[in-house]
Amino acid sequence: MDFTFTEDQLLFQESVRDFLVNEVTPERIRASWNTDTGRDAALWRQLAELGLTGMTVAEAHGGLGMTELDFVLLAQECGYVALPEPLVHTVLVAVPMLQDIGGELAAQWLPQIVAGEAKVIVGLQQNLVVEDAHVADLLLLQQGDTLVAATPQQVRLQHNASIDPSRKLFAVAVLPDVMTVASGARAAALVADALNRGALGCAAQALGLAQRMIDLSVKYTSERQQFGKPIGSFQAVKHHMANVAVRLEYAKAPTHRAAYAIAQGQAGAAHAAVGHASASHAVSHAKLVACEAANLAAKNCHQVHGAMGYTWEVDLHIFMKKAWALANTWGDTGFHKTRIGDRIFTKGTALGAGATFA
Amino acid sequence: MDLAFTEQQIVFREEVRAWLAANVPAAPLQSFDTAEGFSQHRAWEATLNKGRWGMVTWPEELGGRGCNLIEWLIFEEEYYKARAPLRVNQNGIFLLGPTLMEYGTDEQKARILPKMANGEEVWAQGWSEPNAGSDMAAIRSSARLEGDKYIINGQKTWSTRAVWADWCFGMFRTDQQSQRHHGLTFILVPLRSPGITVRPIPQLDGLPGFAEIFFDNVEVAVENRLGDEGAGWSVAMATAGFERGLMLRSPARFQETARRLVELYSANRDSADRDPAVKDAVLRAYLDAESYCLTTYQTACRLNKGGKIGAESSTNKIFWSELDQSMHATAMSILGARAELLPHAPAAQGVGTWLDGWLFAQSGPIYAGTNEVQRNIIAERMLGMPR
Repeated sequence: MDFTFTEDQLLFQESVRDFLVNEVTPERIRASWNTDTGRDAALWRQLAELGLTGMTVAEAHGGLGMTELDFVLLAQECGYVALPEPLVHTVLVAVPMLQDIGGELAAQWLPQIVAGEAKVIVGLQQNLVVEDAHVADLLLLQQGDTLVAATPQQVRLQHNASIDPSRKLFAVAVLPDVMTVASGARAAALVADALNRGALGCAAQALGLAQRMIDLSVKYTSERQQFGKPIGSFQAVKHHMANVAVRLEYAKAPTHRAAYAIAQGQAGAAHAAVGHASASHAVSHAKLVACEAANLAAKNCHQVHGAMGYTWEVDLHIFMKKAWALANTWGDTGFHKTRIGDRIFTKGTALGAGATFA
Repeated sequence: MDLAFTEQQIVFREEVRAWLAANVPAAPLQSFDTAEGFSQHRAWEATLNKGRWGMVTWPEELGGRGCNLIEWLIFEEEYYKARAPLRVNQNGIFLLGPTLMEYGTDEQKARILPKMANGEEVWAQGWSEPNAGSDMAAIRSSARLEGDKYIINGQKTWSTRAVWADWCFGMFRTDQQSQRHHGLTFILVPLRSPGITVRPIPQLDGLPGFAEIFFDNVEVAVENRLGDEGAGWSVAMATAGFERGLMLRSPARFQETARRLVELYSANRDSADRDPAVKDAVLRAYLDAESYCLTTYQTACRLNKGGKIGAESSTNKIFWSELDQSMHATAMSILGARAELLPHAPAAQGVGTWLDGWLFAQSGPIYAGTNEVQRNIIAERMLGMPR
């Protein structure tokens, strides 16, 4: 039993955090809202140069061959800066799906992802719209009970504006003659796996978003004076923030366990069915509690910002809106609570003391 | 990261399970807040100690097993699963014990810890005073050094287990000119000393779970001072740290309550679902109990590797006390009109111990430092908000 990250994993997190905090500033995010794509090719190149786009790509394809567990702390940092680029999607969803599909498709696209030359985007029906479809060089799309691979020429995109100006969402219509990469049970398994990975990405980013909103609020309430004192010295304000800290503190370990469960499921093919069920459960737990913590952060941090929090000018909304969005994508609360409920309310499920790691 | 138990941990779990299966009393003991229940629980502590299960994290020479925190969590899981009796000496073994190991002299450890471990000496705590509750630095009870004795005068209150306990530990003002947290000294007091009056305070269940202690020129040998004179505050902070840190409430307790809540809901689903909030509350209770377990394991692993626990430990007490309240509130909703009935009422029909748990859950956000005080600590020391 060792529920800790290695020194290397923690050092990697630290260096990626330094890079992201310096590069992905609120000013740069605001500037991206005024560009055509909202995406920054130069930043994507930098992320590729750091090895991040190819983190989960097998070494045979030029990647770092690392796991979801190596990436989960970095996904938290992506949340901390509200990174608009689809890095979490690439590393946790697109790359693992391509590697599962294997063959020529994987051989063709994975090296380009590592090099930062191509983006592959996965679209699931569960999500209603597809994130970042406009910058995709290849789309892997769930179509009924099949999974198809489509080039940008083989789709028609219809932009759907989000309340979060950093999120670029599209309804995707697929033209005839796209390549079917999987169907039936095989397609369903790929889709279920992608959904779990996307949900893990949301949970990890939610942790970072919550922490960022706390940090912004601590700074604001330490500076803003009323009644001759910083408002952060008032207990009513302190307790709003403490309540967020409590929920956040207890959402971390479930998220790390979910990353571990997915990484294990990948490794232990012999127990694939069991592994998948327990990974789904761990992911739903993580997504529910992490997004709940981020939503509480949004609510309480908005409150302590007073009217300033309701403005476009103050940075809080960059993070708040992303938190709201993540809570209901890659499975909304109804989806994830149903999965938890289906398990714990089934007779014979082992619950209680000693059952957590069994 | 490796979330599987080692072979050694699995063997340890089996050993705990087997011993508990053979030794846990078949019928539940009476409440330790009754005279008879108290002696039953004291006897159980002796039984535990004979099996060297009294305090598994203590060193072997003190009757423990030198277990690390993971083994302690495993022990607790098996303990709660086996429905073994609550620990009557928890003030001693979980709070004073670790403090003694850090601040006590060798003589004190040898004299006090073995009798604490076998239940021969049960401990009460003497923190609060009528005018020193959340504001513990307002303590006024005094201890005056005369020769090799302290002469103690004053009053303590809310002293858990003091009615039948043998000793109490607490803070007393040794420097009468001192203010606030200066000039306080940590002293261990035998409750049978002349000059002590213990007045029981009935709790919500009508039983005297705590008491007032009056000190009238009580003489205590100086060898019962823990730490230096005037250093009481820092010694007490260490104890309070253990109290709201890891050791006081292990996750197993809440996971078992959550499991029972799922069972209660499943057995009463038709009536329970008439309130659509109930199912969600059960689900949340389960998730929160799991989150508490996962987080505790993560912290324990970090500490085992030499990490330190900081102000984030104050999140712990808020989390479990609010979880305990909401789980029991949900159970009350499911039980409906039966919820208020005492277990022996004819119409109670297997209402179980939910009402007892509900009453006790009311105290969670208050004892060991109110949740409001914890929130101040989190805001100021963990988040760095202005004082």
